[in-house]
Amino acid sequence: MTGFTSFVKKETLHILRDPRTMLIALLMPVVQILLFGFAISTEVNNINVAVVVPHWSESVRQSVEKLSSNPYITYQGAIEQGEIDQYMRSGKCDAVVVFSNDFDKVLSEWKQNGTGENAMQFVMDASNTNLAQLGSGYLTNILAVDQMSSDMMPEIHMLFNPQMKSSFNFVPGIMGMIFILICGILTSVSIVREKETGTMDVLLVSPVRPLRIILAKMIPYFALSCINLTSILLLAHYVLEVPMSGNLGAIIVISLVYIALALALGLLVSTIAKKQVVALLISAAIMLMPIVFLSGIIFPVENMPDVIKPISAIIPARWYIDAMRKLMIQGIGFVGVLKDFIILCVMTIAIIGIALKNFKDKI
Amino acid sequence: MLKVLIKKEILQFRRNSFLPKLVVVFPIMIMLVLPWVTTMDVRHVNVSVVDSDHSQISNRIIDKINASEYLTLHSVTSTFDLSMSELDKGNVDVILEIPQDYEKTMLTGHPKRLSISANSVNSNKGSIGAQYLAQTISHTLAEQRSMTSPEKRGDFFTIQNRYNPTLEYRNFMIPALLIILMIIITGFLPALNLVSEKEAGTIEQINVTPVSRFSFTLAKLIVYWAAGLVVITIALLVAWIVYGLSAVGSLAVIYAGAFLFIITISGFGIIASNISSTMQQAIFFMFFFVMVFMLMSGLLTPIESMPEWAQYITYALPPRYFVSIMRSVFLKGATFYDMRYNFLALTIFTIVMNIGAAITYKKRS
Amino acid sequence: MNDNKTTNISHIIQVKDLTKQFGSFTAVDHITFDVKRGEIFGFLGANGAGKTTAMRMLCGLSFPTSGSGTVAGFDIMRQGEKIKSHIGYMSQRFALYDDLTVMENMQLFGGIYRVGKKEIDRRATEMLQKLKFASERNTLVGSLPLGWKQKLAFAVATLHRPEIVFLDEPTGGVDPITRRQFWEMIYQASSENTTIFVTTHYMDEAEYCHRVSMMVDGQIKALGTPTELKQQYNASSMDEVFRTLARGAKRGD
Repeated sequence: MTGFTSFVKKETLHILRDPRTMLIALLMPVVQILLFGFAISTEVNNINVAVVVPHWSESVRQSVEKLSSNPYITYQGAIEQGEIDQYMRSGKCDAVVVFSNDFDKVLSEWKQNGTGENAMQFVMDASNTNLAQLGSGYLTNILAVDQMSSDMMPEIHMLFNPQMKSSFNFVPGIMGMIFILICGILTSVSIVREKETGTMDVLLVSPVRPLRIILAKMIPYFALSCINLTSILLLAHYVLEVPMSGNLGAIIVISLVYIALALALGLLVSTIAKKQVVALLISAAIMLMPIVFLSGIIFPVENMPDVIKPISAIIPARWYIDAMRKLMIQGIGFVGVLKDFIILCVMTIAIIGIALKNFKDKI
Repeated sequence: MLKVLIKKEILQFRRNSFLPKLVVVFPIMIMLVLPWVTTMDVRHVNVSVVDSDHSQISNRIIDKINASEYLTLHSVTSTFDLSMSELDKGNVDVILEIPQDYEKTMLTGHPKRLSISANSVNSNKGSIGAQYLAQTISHTLAEQRSMTSPEKRGDFFTIQNRYNPTLEYRNFMIPALLIILMIIITGFLPALNLVSEKEAGTIEQINVTPVSRFSFTLAKLIVYWAAGLVVITIALLVAWIVYGLSAVGSLAVIYAGAFLFIITISGFGIIASNISSTMQQAIFFMFFFVMVFMLMSGLLTPIESMPEWAQYITYALPPRYFVSIMRSVFLKGATFYDMRYNFLALTIFTIVMNIGAAITYKKRS
Repeated sequence: MNDNKTTNISHIIQVKDLTKQFGSFTAVDHITFDVKRGEIFGFLGANGAGKTTAMRMLCGLSFPTSGSGTVAGFDIMRQGEKIKSHIGYMSQRFALYDDLTVMENMQLFGGIYRVGKKEIDRRATEMLQKLKFASERNTLVGSLPLGWKQKLAFAVATLHRPEIVFLDEPTGGVDPITRRQFWEMIYQASSENTTIFVTTHYMDEAEYCHRVSMMVDGQIKALGTPTELKQQYNASSMDEVFRTLARGAKRGD
């Protein structure tokens, strides 16, 4: 065991001797969680709308008034029919409401007996698909539904997150992303660097068993990541006001498993790559896109087509984020995330196993 | 002299077993897989109905939900708590409550109100799902009303989705993926390359020659500029061949914007490598900014939904301008004139970044 | 002025009170010396004595904190970039590109100094033949053994026929036979009127130099031909001279 502890000590010294990298690794997650936690939101809360009015009447004026006073809408003024394309191309407006010539007449018919056609057209800039979809919903509510008697419109309640504060939703995602990428970058160079400098041979001839070498490389980074986990959880709860109403113990245990997994993944990359450049490109550049796109951070897993779901299932971040959402936001207990937990444990063991096999093959 | 240095960079690039694959295979893989993944069109919203009315009208609403292509009827229950426990488990996204005596009160003209509760942990699915459900119900109710009058009911308003009539989410994603690929390839590669020369000590051998820092860096950049142009060309080809999506506007304007963008980002990569002493530091530095670029420049989430202070930050992010150019020209056919301010901003960044790259390179300590 | 000009011709390096400080640490402390054109000048000292720092200032890699000097007639304070066209440099790490072949490295560095393509090819072929290296033209440098890399690095550093070559610990870590071959290359270059400025901590190598300086704790403690120094310190070898001088050293190993 003394061989093992001296290895841990050596690896710890590597980190401490490079205070700049250590500082970056400790500060970056803090900045990222704050910046992204507050800034990112998938919700659409501002749509630039212009109107085309062939004939101004009192009811048109009222409708335009409704538009411009709506907090979700930035009214961009009245334009000509022929200008719509130009306005949209240059990004000055996202939607244009074109009122019909006989808007008054159709409206009164609609109010009387619920019939009436083509009172207006909503021209949406659908190059931004989501904005167009949500925007047409907003416009429908403001300009059409409200014209109906209110009893036809159900009232809508948002559960768990009544202010629609998206930071709640993003914090688990950002955590999942930060841990796997930062831990990966940290450990991915550790073995390759020894290969490049030639100290690898010293490790290989030592009597310390490969599994212990791998673990010794993980332990100091694991400690470093525990500091990160603490600061992130504190910030999430006290600054970003994430409720964390689930089981805090479960949050911590699952996070620790996930961190171990991420460190092991970095080591796995390190055993495969022959050069530091390659190791870093794999752990930062190549992993980045699948993690952001396939783990449900921004794009919900349940909306993915069935062909893609299996790909998403092999990405560890997906299970971690799922568990953290349930524990931190929905307040579901440990039992509700048991499946995620088991999957993460199995993945961790598998990754360490493969890394070990690769490492041994080098001998 | 520059020619000799460029030749060196090309030889080193080609001889690396990994880099050429990264530039060619990686974009193809990404463009083949990720556009399918990212659909934000919310379908299969699971609805649980708490039907306390058991009337003709409540049955009609339930039928309509069942028939909708966006909504999926998960269950009809008798109490809110039963539906709620399904929502807790994640099986249900939206709950509709139909109060007792709803139909009766409707006939009196003062109906009780229907209520929708949406799981908003996934804000988008929650709000869009609730929206769909509300629309479905108001259509149903309007139909119910008009059944009494014989006229055929038409649409009060119409929606025209310009530039993307079928609301294909891919069309939105493809330019975004293309931009992320360019950031990754033209940002990470130069950053790593220069530091690796530092670590290997070869940069010192160059520093002691009359080669100016300008030509040394330029030779590297030219190779990565070319790599960036290869990446965008591959991505555009895949978009066209696989997805049938081609630029509505001028390709020349797209390439002009792309080239400015490549120069900007690679200059940024050079700054990262100049201020780092190890590759790991350079990667951390780049990783931080690549994340900021990806998440805050309007690529995936709208800038205008950010808080005001964050919106000001986005003006300092070069991708913000290229995202506008790319989307507008590629999807909407915007012209160079439409995009002139974005081009101006991007040009300023190109100059600033590359001056920064030149300043931070020290040939002599 | 005129005087200066004539000394410039016979003295390729002139340095006065050259000093480099890193914070409160004085790595090089007011050193003054001249190097004559065509001579092999040994720059000796223990590890950490300040040899490499001094050499880096002469090559234009590092700014002196104070002092003055010229290399190949150019001011080291103001004309660092001009110096670079007239010198060759071989660092401790033989920093050739591992992922380029022998010839590609030659073409790269020859091209950097604007030697014509055909001329590079001619000189490289000649050098490789002399080194019995011709068969390795297209081998990647990374796969060569250390001793070969060293000889190759010297060949690359002199390919453009510089007036002066700076060699920083060129023979570290190689076997005695290779070291001997390496010194034969140095003599060959010297006989072609190239000035050699070489740092080393192998005292037996000091005997091969025309003149040597001994650096201790950032200062030059002795300067002269090996014979002069041995006489002066009443020693039988340069090693003894060095031991005498280094006795009071505070830094180094």
